[in-house]
Amino acid sequence: MEIETREIRFSEERLAEVRQILQRYPEGRQKSALLPLLHIAQAEFDNWLSPDVMDYVAGLLDIEPIEVYEVASFYTMFNLRPVGKYVLEICRTGPCCLVGAEKVQAHIEEKLGIKPGETTPDGMFTLKPVECLAACGFGPVMQVGATYYEKLTPERTDELLERFRNENKRATYC
Amino acid sequence: MGVKILTQHSGVPGIDTFEVYRKQGGYAAVEKALKSMSPEEVLEEVKKSGLRGRGGAGFPTGLKWSFLAKPEGVPRYLVCNADESEPGTFKDRELMSRNPHSLIEGMIVSSYALGANTSYIYVRGELFYVIRILEKAIAEAYEKGLLGKNILGTGYDLDLYVQPGGGAYICGEETALIESLEGKRGNPRIKPPFPAVSGVWGCPTVVNNVETIAATSWIILNGGDEYAKIGIGRSTGTKLISACGNINQPGIYEIELGLPVEEFIYSDEYCGGIAGGKRLKAVVAGGSSVPVLPANLILKTIAGEPRLMTYESLADGGFATGTMMGSGGFIAMDEDACIVRNTWNFTRFYHHESCGQCSPCREGTGWMEKVLHRIEYGHGKMSDIDLLVDVAAKIEGNTICPLGDAAAWPVGSAIRHFREEFEWHVKEPRLSQQQNYGLAAYADPLPVPVTEES
Ligand SMILES: Cc1cc2nc3c(=O)[nH]c(=O)nc-3n(C[C@H](O)[C@H](O)[C@H](O)COP(=O)(O)O)c2cc1C
Ligand code: SF4
Ligand code: FES
Repeated sequence: MEIETREIRFSEERLAEVRQILQRYPEGRQKSALLPLLHIAQAEFDNWLSPDVMDYVAGLLDIEPIEVYEVASFYTMFNLRPVGKYVLEICRTGPCCLVGAEKVQAHIEEKLGIKPGETTPDGMFTLKPVECLAACGFGPVMQVGATYYEKLTPERTDELLERFRNENKRATYC
Repeated sequence: MGVKILTQHSGVPGIDTFEVYRKQGGYAAVEKALKSMSPEEVLEEVKKSGLRGRGGAGFPTGLKWSFLAKPEGVPRYLVCNADESEPGTFKDRELMSRNPHSLIEGMIVSSYALGANTSYIYVRGELFYVIRILEKAIAEAYEKGLLGKNILGTGYDLDLYVQPGGGAYICGEETALIESLEGKRGNPRIKPPFPAVSGVWGCPTVVNNVETIAATSWIILNGGDEYAKIGIGRSTGTKLISACGNINQPGIYEIELGLPVEEFIYSDEYCGGIAGGKRLKAVVAGGSSVPVLPANLILKTIAGEPRLMTYESLADGGFATGTMMGSGGFIAMDEDACIVRNTWNFTRFYHHESCGQCSPCREGTGWMEKVLHRIEYGHGKMSDIDLLVDVAAKIEGNTICPLGDAAAWPVGSAIRHFREEFEWHVKEPRLSQQQNYGLAAYADPLPVPVTEES
């Protein structure tokens, strides 16, 4: 996949947001802003955190880069490698499986020709099975960006994939 | 129809806005508490109510609050645990997204009781849309003078912020949540010291579940004694139960504690029975961490009494024949569900979510996952079943935080109650492969994965 090189710097708008976030914590506790900032950074820079992006966040918070790496690698919402425009986060936990989540996942794999963790050659979709999304009564569930898609069937999944393909916009959490 | 406390406004159009919430009597508890009660009096009402934490452990809320240390000149914090990642549990997200002001009102009342001037709602990061709803509602509350400096002219100040998580189940454990809020990996801390003494940034902190906090407004408005009248014995009030699995009407139900389990499963007001007219096989009553029970034991206790939705009745018989209320994540499985597959699936979850600090949890969950996988996929040996019991027993009680126990109980209980099914998988590997739940509709047998032979 082609990766653009561009300057790693938040827009003025985002920087204002960062300043607001920092005000949530007492003096000297700015490291607490790390998770909110990583979410913003991921959304700003192609939905993944490159080492350069993480270094930039470390600089904003005046902490060591290693402090950012160890946190980013702990939480599953952060992508440490480039991903497709749509990351299909399909829930694979017990309650969703009771109502057919495995079937939906198998359908996506077959349809797109990708396995978990892989991205389609056109850079459109990445398949990322995840654990329980707290929507178990409305399963099978898939999260794409900030949106939850519930009660999925293979047919409904096909419709969604088609829609995403036509929209062709990067879906992020925030 | 039982009493509705947390869902009293459900169906009211626009209840997520300040105007409508206020018109429905919202924020009256804040007025009452801040204008006519001392923080101690608020705490006293919560104690009288008998309210127990709704996040899983069921510890009495008033008592927990009374442990909060109050050293001079040190800030105290209230942190709302909205991490909600327990498989089977999906109640807090509904409460927050549909009625965000009810949580904010509870946060103000509770923060006042605790003497906290800054509070946080730690929301699991995946729920960004809920975060946006909360942020909007918080902004409205600031604008109307219910948050910020000198709330309603009473001299009490409170700042309230939302903190997103990063997608780690362990951050629901309260000390891991605190670490995460401080911008670190969510590694649970060794207790003591407890958060009540040393929590966020080393300051005294109370961590409470969304549902717990939301219930405090009603308690203040109506009195602790009124709340205690609802329910049975030490299980007072109402509880949100999130019901899922093979039932006709999955969803979130507010029940009065004491409702018979059988009524919950079969009445049209709640789950509406088992989907497709099938028979009930098993239930996980309180989220994936609690022991699974076969149909006969979830409907009746070993003494033959009807099992009730109370902390005590669900736990009746201990782990040999009982389970736990947990977070109220009610997962029903029908006769076609495969217990081995479900247990493997849960164990994979715990392995994936283990923070890795203690070796019994880090390694044990991995072994259990592997052994269950090979039984499920037709490569198991009879001795594997006892091996699983042994590994589960070695994890239980030997870890820093309760995630280890949470991983061990589903395995121990599944084998205790469904050993024959595990044995059948070993004896009939081909047949069992075709029975895998969720894939029952599939005509093709599952692929046989490569597993190590041992
Ligand atoms: C692994 C693990 C995950 C937990 N997840 C949650 C959670 O998502 N939400 C929650 O409120 N409590 C969770 N808890 C329980 C919390 O540690 C804590 O007991 C609870 O937030 C206290 O609030 P309460 O007294 O209002 O129940 C979890 C505990 C463990 C061990
Ligand atoms: S029990 Fe597991 S999750 Fe808890 S501290 Fe130990 S390794 Fe981490
Ligand atoms: S099991 Fe899929 S959302 Fe909970």
